[in-house]
Amino acid sequence: MTDLAISPARSQRRTGRIALRWLLYTMLGLFALYYLMPLFVMITTSLKSLEEIRTGDLVALPREVTFDAWKTAWSGACTGVQCDGVRPYFWNSVLIAVPAVSISTLLGAMNGYVVAQWRFRGANIIFSLMLFGCFIPFQVVLLPMARILGLMGLAGTIPGLIFTHVIYGIGFTTLFFRNYYVTIPAELVKAAKVDGAGFFRIFWSIFLPLSLPIIVVTVIWQFTQIWNDFLFGVSFSQAGTQPITVALNNIVNSTTGVKEYNVDMAAAIIAALPTLLVYVVAGKYFIRGLTAGSVKG
Amino acid sequence: MTKWLEEHMPKMVLAPSFIAVLIFVYGFIGWTAWVSLTRSRLLPKYEIEGLIQYERLMRSPRWDMAMDNLFVFGALFITVAMALGLLLAILLDQKVRTEGAIRTIYLYPMALSMIVTGTAWKWILNPGLGIEAMVKGWGFESFTFDWVVNPDMAIYTIVIAAIWQSSGFVMALFLAGLRSVDAEIIKAAQVDGIPTWRVYTSIIIPSMAPIFLSAFIVLAHLAIKSFDLVIALTGGGPGYATDLPATYMYAMAFSRGDIGQAASSAMIMMMVVFAIVVPYLYSELRAKND
Repeated sequence: MTDLAISPARSQRRTGRIALRWLLYTMLGLFALYYLMPLFVMITTSLKSLEEIRTGDLVALPREVTFDAWKTAWSGACTGVQCDGVRPYFWNSVLIAVPAVSISTLLGAMNGYVVAQWRFRGANIIFSLMLFGCFIPFQVVLLPMARILGLMGLAGTIPGLIFTHVIYGIGFTTLFFRNYYVTIPAELVKAAKVDGAGFFRIFWSIFLPLSLPIIVVTVIWQFTQIWNDFLFGVSFSQAGTQPITVALNNIVNSTTGVKEYNVDMAAAIIAALPTLLVYVVAGKYFIRGLTAGSVKG
Repeated sequence: MTKWLEEHMPKMVLAPSFIAVLIFVYGFIGWTAWVSLTRSRLLPKYEIEGLIQYERLMRSPRWDMAMDNLFVFGALFITVAMALGLLLAILLDQKVRTEGAIRTIYLYPMALSMIVTGTAWKWILNPGLGIEAMVKGWGFESFTFDWVVNPDMAIYTIVIAAIWQSSGFVMALFLAGLRSVDAEIIKAAQVDGIPTWRVYTSIIIPSMAPIFLSAFIVLAHLAIKSFDLVIALTGGGPGYATDLPATYMYAMAFSRGDIGQAASSAMIMMMVVFAIVVPYLYSELRAKND
């Protein structure tokens, strides 16, 4: 008797729950489409001919797949007067990012080690001052930096850009390593000191071997920041030393000739590939860097 | 000697970075502040003349536009990105089976350069060939969606692209926050028969106040520094319709040759950032030292 009374209600609740699950997955799926749509449109557009772009649908798959736009984007598209594609600028970005990431990460590791484990009077104030430096809008240093780079003979050069990225990256890299090293008990350093190990010895044989995760996080963070940088790139480079973001913008906004949307899209994907690849391969570390970098001091 | 060296080694290691920060951050801020008080045009002058550059700024319709745009863009961008991020986080928190894959999809725009994002959306929003043309092609001949070239609406295209880029990141922040709420309390509430939506509105969300604050700070900071996205998407146009303080500063510094205006606009940007970030950092650092 009671069974009969309860079961319709129960099955109703069950259907309700299943309907809710469906709704949930539908919503999640729709949002996934929203985030994927621009990437999808970029890829399909880059594989279409200009003719098909003019007559076809934005979200339609290419009727005929062609890689011509990719070839042009890589080695033939015009950025202003030069028509070498994005290839030289891609390598410029590599030449900027690799040394800038390595140097700023190394400096950050050493600084973080000092601030977290070798506290001396004033170390906290120094750290706070360095931390505040992370949050300035870079517009406030653009003008003097342009002058100093000029005085140093580095205006418009790749070493000048490396230098700039290292200087304004130190704050974040120090923060990352400091927050990581601060969780290592101070007794470890004390014990090592008793055993006669010095400052560098302790860093080299105790801290560095423990640091792999934070090195990965920092390298990914710095690489993403520097590869994607536009402000410093556009302010402190000249024809020939521009990073890829600047070249991409020049290609897209160049007003000469026919607008080749497929080439624009191919160039944009090429510019995005390295950081996307890092994200896909090491997404976990990428997210950790983002959340650590988000002022969580 | 070696003992002295050993004792002072930590300071000597930190010194170069600290000196660099002193010069290249604080010294440079000082330089910019100084120059913002002079009559500098193409070349910097160093005789202090008072607040004339700031007065010029206040009288400039273009700067006025840039500040209005920052306000509209910032308010919409922050509110919608936070609402969307929270919604996505709550949806993903319902024991979703494919959570990892979905999270990856929601967050990947954050790995892209704003220039790439701008380029993509510029193409999608292109009236002749993008969404507008597509919907017209479906038979809705009167459909118009020309925001990107419409001076009154162009600023909203910046909002759309910026939200697309950053909302996944806000979701990641909130998701981490949802996961850190004490599971016991939630279980107790469920045992008491409190409906799930009530558990969210009265227990979980209020306990995430610090995360709302972090998300707000990060987004506000992003909004004030927005530069690349505007350059790539609209170039500040049509006209000056999508100028932001950052693009105004850049135009003054590098194409108009008006260093005084560039310096004073940069100083205002910095003050806005500091008004938001400093109280937060200060309380964070204090909380940590206590």
